Amino acid sequence: MTNTIADIETADVILIVGSNTSENHPVLSTYVKRAVKFRGAKLIVIDPRRIKMTEFAQYWLRPNLGTDVAWINGMMHVIIEEKLQDAEFVEKRTEGFEELRQMVAKYTPEFVEGITGIPAENLVAAAKLFAGARAGSILYCMGITQHTSGTDNVKSLANLSMLTGNLGIPGGGVNPLRGQNNVQGACDMGGLPNVYPAYQPVGDLSVAKKMEEAWGVSELPTKIGLKVTEMIPLAYEGKFKSLYIIGENPMISDPDLHHVEKALKNLDFLVVQDIFLTETAQMADVVLPSACFAEKEGTFSNTERRVQRVRRAVTPPGESKEDWWTLCEIARRMGYNMQYADSRAIFEEIARVTPSYAGLTYDRIDAVGMHWPCPTVDHPGTPILHGQQFTRGLGKFHAIEWLPPAEQVDDEYPLYLTTGRLLYQYHTGTMTMKSADLNNRAPESFVEISRKDARKYGIEDGEMVTIASRRGAISVRAKILPKAVGGTIFIPFHFAKGAANQLTNAALDPVSGIPEFKVCAVKIDKAA
Amino acid sequence: MNAQQTITINGRELTFDSGETILEVARRNHIDIPTLCHLKGTTPTGACRICVVEVEGARTLLTACATPAAGGMKVQTESPAVVKARKLVLQLMLSSGNHNCAVRGSDDQEWTTFQLKVQGEDSSEELCPVWGDCRLQDLAYRYQVSGERFPATPTRYAIESVNPFIVRDFSRCIQCGRCVQACNEVQVNNAINFGYRGPESKIIAAGDRPLKDSDCVFCGECVQACPVGALVEKDVRYKVRPWETHNVRTTCSYCGVGCQLYLHVKDNRVVKVTGADVPPNNGSLCVKGRFGYHFIGSEERLKRPLIKEDGSFREASWDEALDLVASRLKEVRDTHGSDKMGVLTSARITNEENYVAQKFARAVLKTNNVDHCARL
Repeated sequence: MTNTIADIETADVILIVGSNTSENHPVLSTYVKRAVKFRGAKLIVIDPRRIKMTEFAQYWLRPNLGTDVAWINGMMHVIIEEKLQDAEFVEKRTEGFEELRQMVAKYTPEFVEGITGIPAENLVAAAKLFAGARAGSILYCMGITQHTSGTDNVKSLANLSMLTGNLGIPGGGVNPLRGQNNVQGACDMGGLPNVYPAYQPVGDLSVAKKMEEAWGVSELPTKIGLKVTEMIPLAYEGKFKSLYIIGENPMISDPDLHHVEKALKNLDFLVVQDIFLTETAQMADVVLPSACFAEKEGTFSNTERRVQRVRRAVTPPGESKEDWWTLCEIARRMGYNMQYADSRAIFEEIARVTPSYAGLTYDRIDAVGMHWPCPTVDHPGTPILHGQQFTRGLGKFHAIEWLPPAEQVDDEYPLYLTTGRLLYQYHTGTMTMKSADLNNRAPESFVEISRKDARKYGIEDGEMVTIASRRGAISVRAKILPKAVGGTIFIPFHFAKGAANQLTNAALDPVSGIPEFKVCAVKIDKAA
Repeated sequence: MNAQQTITINGRELTFDSGETILEVARRNHIDIPTLCHLKGTTPTGACRICVVEVEGARTLLTACATPAAGGMKVQTESPAVVKARKLVLQLMLSSGNHNCAVRGSDDQEWTTFQLKVQGEDSSEELCPVWGDCRLQDLAYRYQVSGERFPATPTRYAIESVNPFIVRDFSRCIQCGRCVQACNEVQVNNAINFGYRGPESKIIAAGDRPLKDSDCVFCGECVQACPVGALVEKDVRYKVRPWETHNVRTTCSYCGVGCQLYLHVKDNRVVKVTGADVPPNNGSLCVKGRFGYHFIGSEERLKRPLIKEDGSFREASWDEALDLVASRLKEVRDTHGSDKMGVLTSARITNEENYVAQKFARAVLKTNNVDHCARL
């Protein structure tokens, strides 16, 4: 997030897109709800489903799946047409406005209605509301990123925020909501194929040299590595030989699961380090038991870049170990001496090689966590990014045209499927499904379908149905719910039985490598 | 600028900002005024009247939580009139429910009859489930009152325990309304409110339905706000007492909000979770953070390394497993090259572990093929 969670409550207009906030970030959603109920903030929700947050919204815009760039361009068209942009911000802080202006010229509200299905007058009203904000906050989640156009979607939101001068100010910003406790930290620490800690490029020879000195090694690889969504297909083709998987369950979380299973079977050697014998661990050659968060010391970095302590409350079961210990032991056995006294010693090394964490210590974050960048030990941390300038200097407008999603409905597969999450479950359920109480509230996979579609396909509430895509078929129970709108069905992806990712499309965003989980074409039938 | 205004509390002259209540000024200056219904960050209701104070010149006692401080105001927080009023409030509360915490009084026969009634209604032979962790009990001791002054009122509504998370014991409810404010003003789930009138008053979900059939999302904010034993986590009720546990502050392991929480530990097991009153969550949690801790102590946890032989796993020692992994990885690296190897690190593990994982991939395996499930 460019801004903080608490900062959301100071916005006067909040735009939520592709985030089922009250189910997936429940505590963060309370800041939005309080802003609306008690501070007079106005909420715009853009989502294909009638999620809970729509009840708090001034405007709910319901776009067709995979049409985000179109409505964002449409809003910018309206704002520029009506001269509502923040001219001073555009002039002083950005470049590329002219190209943007020309590109959005054709995205008239009527043209956009044709693509998105959003009534022109609603788009105009929402655009004016957002442009008129003293501070407008944009919150987004995987409904924006899990598309073949995910990178374009994010850049378009940045365009909208810059155009209205909402970056670098309290209550503004472009704020991705991170779905997992330490996604932010895994990225910050260089758990990515193209960067070292603090996003230092692997191809930069001066960075490589610095890391070689810090780690006491030579010839660190400078070629950008493979993304998970590239490793799996290579393994499928037999061109990838070993995977070391820590605390991940691609057997449920990845698109087109049929493919994933074959890919993992094709590996010469698979190690899985986890707290449970997950679907993925079952396929491993060696499984190494891990301590969970309640059994170890360390830090997590949350969605607002706040680095916070994790502390041991109970001892790990049996002989399970902290993950860093296991990795160090294997490194040592492979001839590289990697040893640490404890997690604090690792954090001290992190601070030495990670400029954005350089000023952080366990003592400083003991009572309340701090926001990176924090370059020195007397720096207070940075709650709001881009206050004076952007990382690259001027903020660049990217003139981006709308492109349709990879898969369209047709006569054979006439319904759109979108996937997502439920309040009572978490990711692939390895943790939440150990709680009988949570399972009681969300026991099994299901398909959410509108009354209109249910009638059209002769589906009764509660009956088993078969959903099929070009990649697979699953049987799930049908739930006729008001959340669903005609033409689009929804399946939560948590469950191994009735797994939504048997159906999803592995088509990737060309830049981010994120699969298009949010759009594919399916058909529905009564179960045989 | 105007000169800073002052208020006098218990003879101490104190400055205040406009809009501050008497309670806020007092708390800022470490002057203790007891409260029951007051919930930080929400609209003061003045419902319980425990925080009444004597203000010079005022015709009645005023609630400190709802009365703004004013220039020249002179306040007494423990005057005889204040103490008398608080005692009366406490006596009324204690007589109106199953408060079987031994602040009941000294009449043996009456005590026994009362306990037997509570045990029957509560299906437990123990004292109140929040004994020792109850603001009403604390105040009863502080002001040395019991519940016998007024005749006990009958239990009007049966205990509701038909959901997996929360037991609602209406007999122990003091109608302070903190749960209503927690639900409507903090979490804004708008699931519960006051229902019925007068002596029949009850905190209800819409249509007086069980929580499980209402808009309730089981965040448990109401349980954490409840000052008495009316709302208790089902898992700990009559099973865990506060003096049996110690708390460890840590960061939630579910979504990316990073709520700060306390793990309550009894006999090396996490038995309860509460929110810590610091950013980013300021005490709030969701259903997963508060009630989704069972995986930690699950019997299904992996306890020893496993090695697959002929398609099935056998347990192995760490040394054997680590040697095997190291030798097989070396073999793959030497035969096929580093480009054919990958590490999936995790959005679940700590920064320290992610750092070590990418260092392992780069410095040991010599590949940048390291990623995690941020994209999924």
